Order: sequence, then structure tokens, then C-alpha cells
Amino acid sequence: SVQAHKEEDNPQNTMEVNGLTPMPDSYDYDLIVIGGGSGGLAAAKEAAKYEKKVMVLDFVTPTPQGSSWGLGGTCVNVGCIPKKLMHQAALLGQALQDSRKFGWQFTEEVKHNWMTMTESVQNYIGSLNWGYRVTLRDTKVTYENAYGEFVGPHTIKATNKKGIEKLYTAERFIIATGERPRYLGIPGDKEYCISSDDLFSLPYCPGKTLVVGASYVALECAGFLAGLGLDVTVMVRSILLRGFDQDMANKIGEYMKEHGVSFIREFVPIKVEQVEEGTPGILKVTAKSTTGDQIIEGEYNTVLLAIGRDPCTRKIGLDKVGVNINEKTGKIPVNNEEQTNVPHIYAVGDILQGKLELTPVAIQAGRLLVRRLYAGATLKCDYVNVPTTVFTPLEYGACGYSEETAVEKFGEENIEVYHSHFWPLEWTVPSRDNNKCYAKIICNIQDNERVIGFHVLGPNAGEVTQGFAAAIKCGLTKEQLDNTIGIHPVCAEV
Amino acid sequence: GKNEYDLLVIGGGSGGLACAKEAAQFGRKVAVLDYVEPSPRGTTWGLGGTCVNVGCIPKKLMHQAALLGSALKDAQHYGWNISQPVHHTWSVMAQGVQNYVKSLNWGHRVQLQDKKVKYFNIKGSFSDPHTVRGLTKAGKETVVTADNIVIATGGRPKYPAHIAGALEHGITSDDLFWLKESPGKTLPSFILYISLECAGFLTGIGLDTTVMMRSIPLRGFDQASHMSKKNQICFTTQQQMASLVTEHMESYGTKFLKRCFPAKVEKLKSNRLQVTWKNADLNTEETDSFDTVMWAVGRVPDTKTLNLEAVGVKTNSETGKIIVDDSEATSVPHIYAVGDITEGRPELTPTAIAAGRLLAQRLFGQSSELMDYDSVPTTVFTPLEYGCVGLSEEAAVQCHGSDNIEVYHAYYKPLEFTVSERDATQCYVKMVCLREREQRILGLHFIGPNAGEVIQGFALGIKCGATYPQLMKTVGIHPTCAEEVTKLRITKRSGLDATVTGC
Repeated sequence: SVQAHKEEDNPQNTMEVNGLTPMPDSYDYDLIVIGGGSGGLAAAKEAAKYEKKVMVLDFVTPTPQGSSWGLGGTCVNVGCIPKKLMHQAALLGQALQDSRKFGWQFTEEVKHNWMTMTESVQNYIGSLNWGYRVTLRDTKVTYENAYGEFVGPHTIKATNKKGIEKLYTAERFIIATGERPRYLGIPGDKEYCISSDDLFSLPYCPGKTLVVGASYVALECAGFLAGLGLDVTVMVRSILLRGFDQDMANKIGEYMKEHGVSFIREFVPIKVEQVEEGTPGILKVTAKSTTGDQIIEGEYNTVLLAIGRDPCTRKIGLDKVGVNINEKTGKIPVNNEEQTNVPHIYAVGDILQGKLELTPVAIQAGRLLVRRLYAGATLKCDYVNVPTTVFTPLEYGACGYSEETAVEKFGEENIEVYHSHFWPLEWTVPSRDNNKCYAKIICNIQDNERVIGFHVLGPNAGEVTQGFAAAIKCGLTKEQLDNTIGIHPVCAEV
Repeated sequence: GKNEYDLLVIGGGSGGLACAKEAAQFGRKVAVLDYVEPSPRGTTWGLGGTCVNVGCIPKKLMHQAALLGSALKDAQHYGWNISQPVHHTWSVMAQGVQNYVKSLNWGHRVQLQDKKVKYFNIKGSFSDPHTVRGLTKAGKETVVTADNIVIATGGRPKYPAHIAGALEHGITSDDLFWLKESPGKTLPSFILYISLECAGFLTGIGLDTTVMMRSIPLRGFDQASHMSKKNQICFTTQQQMASLVTEHMESYGTKFLKRCFPAKVEKLKSNRLQVTWKNADLNTEETDSFDTVMWAVGRVPDTKTLNLEAVGVKTNSETGKIIVDDSEATSVPHIYAVGDITEGRPELTPTAIAAGRLLAQRLFGQSSELMDYDSVPTTVFTPLEYGCVGLSEEAAVQCHGSDNIEVYHAYYKPLEFTVSERDATQCYVKMVCLREREQRILGLHFIGPNAGEVIQGFALGIKCGATYPQLMKTVGIHPTCAEEVTKLRITKRSGLDATVTGC
């Protein structure tokens, strides 16, 4: 009956059959994944390994500025990948300066060309988009560039760019639609401001930029823009990097300040107006103090909003199938098997309530979920002690508890914090800051001085942190740390 | 009579200074003797030992200079407009490096002073088990007596004495880092990692560099054959890893003369050096001229002038190294040894420091903790770096049998190489595990940028008895190179293509 059903391929017939609850073996697919990002693609590819019939629906609603992109989700197109590459461009700018002290000679004046960088980055992303399409094809996963939404318990309506609608049914669904940047809701924000969704493909140099926000997205973008030689200001409502260890967050802010980024603290924009058109043009930003009545104004070529991200869960028909979402945040609560309140509907990635918004977490969750569904596996995604890195000019790697959270959970008298500043050897000859890099570990005195938090501020923080995360997974104690010999001379030996 | 000092340390290097400073913490009366016999070329340096003056520190800084050269090339792909051509000036680099090293010499002297450790710049030799005498540069004789003596005189580069002209015309790593002028077209002749590292950075700063090797790279590391299996440095028998490292160097511009044996070195009228060698494969004699010939054919322990025979300290007859037990004690009571000079230990700064500190704690601090030489991580700072911890694949097979081990591996591409169009063919990671239930990790090997930073944390994990499942449960940090370790799935046994493709 599935065969006959297929040959018809008539949406009308499908509707008729699906008017009632369809029989399991008459579904179009075993699994439909809504969202072709890190979590969605990992799940889809894994399911195909078990010879399941899988479909991936991916669609990018253009930004208010008109930016759009291909298959792969946030990480590949407007997240981790372009971010790290532009961060690398900024680091190379610093390397150029260092290299003179190491004997390299070239012209005094060195300028950066935004278009050269952006083109290279976009070309690489394009190759990844292409690669994903090829992989899906090779693994026989059906891919449609269409906007998916639920219209019935087992039915999805897929609308493509041209507005053509098709209906598909599946036994199970995985929602992996991710998030998009939030706007301020003030006059001029959607018309004149850009977000990270636009930045990485901006067809002109952003020039003098105001970054609004204090998230890692804000600080990372501000960091590399300044590193490329641009005049950058960050407007912060209250604290930096909410949710991260504040001691470390402040050190990151200090470093950025000392390296050319201006900060306007305790202000929020209330309107954005265009003074001059252009690429870039000139924008006037009016901002109000959060602690009083003071109003300030400033002019910038570009205003980049990085105040947070909202899940894409409100317009995908979840109400029609009864999937609960947190009304305030839009996030989907799931059990520890990534299952929503509707048994045959699952969710992975940034849209999950109470989980980390990271690519590797989404990938891990997606893969393990599919293995449980189709390969009889029982392993659940381990969300404990997930390491992360913020790629600010001075990079920050962390795993486990922040100092505040550790104190809150265990009590100040029960934790011991070991810390040290260090001077990377590579910074000595070019006389770079000798007291900025920093590392600290937080130990639980009552549990054999087990390491429950690891924080490092310095070059290659991600590379350094990864191995420590593995060690923390193995129950690392301070004694074992002390007994491990350092590799000399590297930053990680601190 | 009573001895003047509680502790006398002979040798002011990594191990010696660490031991002395630790002992001083316990309120003991400590003295340090340090003396640098000038190299045959006349090079000498200050307090701090090999690592600070002619080892790790200047090596890593010059390696960094070379890496920055690559960064300059990359930068253009990332949008930076730099005028061509770009030049490197040796003397600017050398001065920067030498100034930093001198600041460290100074720092060590200040530290000893602050901790009230007496420092003598004399070359000591034993008169009896508690007495050491030596001459200052001015010729004045000084006698020092101590309850306990620690020998930490380290090693110096070997010269191939049987090769005519080797001593007169060649230099070693002792001289390379202190050259005021560029070495020009250089021929480092080697067996050890030292040569690969030096050849690597010399190429990186634009010098025409050729490496002459007798056999297979990173093999025949003399000390390895005298080390117990337990202490084997992971990279000594790493055929695969060594090949990848040298392959990269070749594509990077370093020339290799494989299976060649130098016969003689002669000075030409132009002041250049003419080197003649035998090519074993072609059975021919070949010759070429170079500006500099650097020997890196091994290091020998600095024990000859200590007069160890007078006090009966036993050494290994082949290597000349001092034989010690698990507590760093020699065959003579109250005489100990730490660092490169000891038989069967890795020749690394961090192990010398740790051993020196623990020794002081046992002697003066009521500790009984012995040094653990197991699973010591290390890194070779070649242009494409190689970091490792634990057993090599060969050692694991030897210990457990190939049926009982599983090797996971992957060829990956660092994200930063994409835009700069760099070749990542040799970027590789491999993990050697036991096959049985727990799948404990025996060894981890990584070739790529920042290998040292990557390996350090995993070394901790291995110290904790990390298993393959635990590593797989560790979420990766994205995008980094280190995350590739947590993504290892393909085994060598499967024969499948181990190239990482996309996220």
C-alpha cells in the first residue's frame, strides 16, 4: 500500500487518507526532520544508516535586510564557522604586528580588505552547503528546501520559495529549527540594523560599528571587527556574558577595552534613524540610561544587534499537534530522551529548554536519539560538563561550574579555587601583555578535591580546554592534575 | 666537621634549580653550582640550563617566528594587504630571543637570591662524597661541603668525532640560538627531534635547509634503547607519525638527504663549507657547499669532569648516564641525580622539575612521594607540530599484541587552513586503546597546529585512566582541532577511509 501510495503522489489523496489517523505502514517517511542544521542533519544522516526513509526540510526566511543562505543551519552559515574564520582574520592581524619583533619586515602600513575576506569565507561556506547536499543525496535522505509546519498529528505541510505546498506524512518527527536573532522592538531596528545573520555576508565593510548586546555573539563580533581595524563600540545594558563566570567575563571585557573596543555600559538604544544612505550609510542611535534619565546620541556606519536569539517554534503549527512550548521563551521542554509531550515528536538543538545552545551538543543529541529510535541503543546524551569556548580576542575556554555557581551549590567553604596568571612564551618577544592570560580550576573539597570547574583565558583556549573536558569526564581530581607532567613550553601546562 | 650546606646542587638547569628552590622553602641551607663550558665555537650562556638558554625556550620562539612567516602568507587570503616581498632578518629575531633568555637568566639569579640560595658560578668536581671543589673564572678555588648532593648537570650536544672537519667547522644547537648573523644555507644532520625542529624553523624563516639522515626519522633515539618499556618516550618508534611530520616538512620546503652518511667537512676559500657524503642507496659519493653545518646527532651527559669515579657514583658504561633508583638516589648514599643526566628517564624539562621538587620534599619535607614517569606527554615543535602521550602504536602492539588493541584514527582539516588554502594532508590524530571491555586509552597522538595545547588536557585524562567510551561521551568544542579527538570512530582494523568530511 505504501508503494501504491507513492505512485499516486497526489496531495489530495494524501489528505483524504490522512483525514483519519493513518495506518503506520502508509506513512511517506519513517522520519521527517524539520530543520537542516547541526542537530537535524546529524539525526537524518544517522537514521539513513539504519535504512530508514528520511526527509529533511530546511528553509531560511530572509532577514529584514534580505540575507539568506543554504543548507547547514546556523553553525555553518551564520555561526561558528564564519565567526571562527573572521576571528582568525583578526588574530592574523595581530600576528602581523608580532612578526616584526620576530624579524619579519614589510611595509609599516597594513590594511585589511573586508571584501577579500568575506568572499573567501562565503566561498568556503558555499562548499559546505554543497557538501551537505551531496551527502544527503548519497545517503538517500530526501531533502527539500521548503518551510515545514504541522497540519496534523502525522502530517507536515512544506511550502517552497515559490509558494507551492506539498503534504508529507511520517511516523516520527524531529524538530530542529534552531533560532534567529532577536530585534529590540524600537523604531528603526528592522529597517536599519543588521544582525549576525547579515554580518558574515555583508557586501561592504561595516565601518564604524555599534554592537548592541553583551552576549558572546556580541563580544566575539565586536572583537574581530576591532581586530580588523574598525572603530567598534559595544553598548551593554547590564553585565557581560550573562550565565558565564563573571570573574572571567570581566577579564574579557577589560582586555577588549585595552585593545581598542569602547564600551558604553548601562544604556539601551531607544531609536535608530538614518542620517545618510549608503553602503555603509550613517545611522544615528539614541540611547537611554538604565539607571537614570540620561539620553545620549551617537553616529555609526553600522548597528549590529546581538541581544539574544529566539527559537523558531511559534509558526510551525505546534499548536495543531499539541506540542507544548514555553510560552515566554518559545523553547520546547523535552524529557531526557529529547521527546516532547507528544510521544512521536522529538526535538534537538538550540530550541530545547534548559539545554546548551552548541553545535556539538545538537549533533550528539541528534545521533544518540536516532540510535535509540532505530538501533536499540539506550545511551542518552550527556549534557553534564560540556566544554565551551568564547572566541573573543582573548579566548575563553570553560568546562563545568563557574565560580559563582559552585559557591551557590556547594558553599564557599567547600570549594577551593586554584588560579594563576601566565605569559604565553610567544608573547614575550613582541612584548605583549604579561598579566592578562589566566587559568583557574574549582575543586570540590568534600569529594576528594574533584575538579568541578575549569576556566582558561588565553590563546587557543579551545584547543587547551578540550582535553581537560575529557579529563573532567573521567573524574579528574586536583591530585591527579598535580601528578600530570606539563608539556613545555605551551600555555596548557599552566 | 659539620658540612657547610644541607644541600648542594651541581647544575643550575631545570631540575637543579627546582630542587634547590624547593629545599630552600623548607628553610634549608642550599647552594647551587652552575657553569657553562663554552662550546667548541666559544658559545656560552647564563644561569638556567639547557631549556632556558639553548633548548625549549629559544627553540619555541624561533619556531614561532617561522609560524608567523606562514601567518603572513595566510593573512593575505584573509584580506590583509601586505607588500611583497616580505623579508626575514635573523639578527632582529635573534636579538629578541636572546634578550628574553637573558631576562630569564637574570630572573633565576634574583629568585635564588630571594630564596637565600647561594649561587656559585664554578665548575665543580667531587673530592669526596660530601665535598665538591671548583675553580671560578678568575682561577680562585672554592670548596663546598654538603650533607646531600644532587647532580643535575644535564647533557651537551655530541660531535661526530669520526667525521673529518666536524668539530672544527660544524656547530650544534648550543651555538645556533646564539648566532648573531644568519646561518644561511644550512645542513642540520640528525637523528633526533632537535634537528627536525631546527630544520623546520630555519626553513620557515626563509633559509635554504637540507637535513641529512642515516636512516628513518625519529628513530634510533639513543636513550630509547636503554629505557625500560615503561618509560619509553612515545614518539621514539613512531614510524607513521615521523613520516607524516617529515612529509609535511618536505612539502614545506626542507630538503632531505635520506640514507646518507657524511664523510668529511672542509672549509672553502669563500669561507663556505664543503660537505662530502656517501649516498647508501645509490652507493655514490656526493658533495655540496653550505654556509652552516649543524650536528644534532645526540646529546651526551655532562659527567666527565665531575670526577664521579673518585666517589663511586655508578654510571651506565654505554651512555655515561648516572644510574638512579625510583627515589633518584645514586649508588652513593646522600648523592642523588635528576634530569637529563639520569639513566632511563625522559629528557624533558617538566619531568626534571617535578623530580627535583619531589626529591627536595622527600629529603626535607617528610614526603615519601616518588616521581611518576608514566604517561608523560610531550610535543615536537616541527612546522606541523606532533604531540603525544602514552604508548606508540608499536609499543602497544609489543606490550599487548595486535589482537588486543584497537587503533582509532582520522585525517582532519583545521578550519583555519580552508580560507588560507593550506595543505592539511598530514593533519592526523590517532588513539591506541585496549580492545577489552573497558577500552582503556593507552596512547594518543596528534599532528597539527598547537599540538601541545591539544594534548595537555588529554594527558590528564589518561592519567585518570580514561577509556574510549568516556572520551566519546565528552562533547567537542566547535570549531577546534582538538574536538577531532572526541570524534574518533574509524579503526585502522576496518580499513575504511579515515578522512573527516564536514561537520
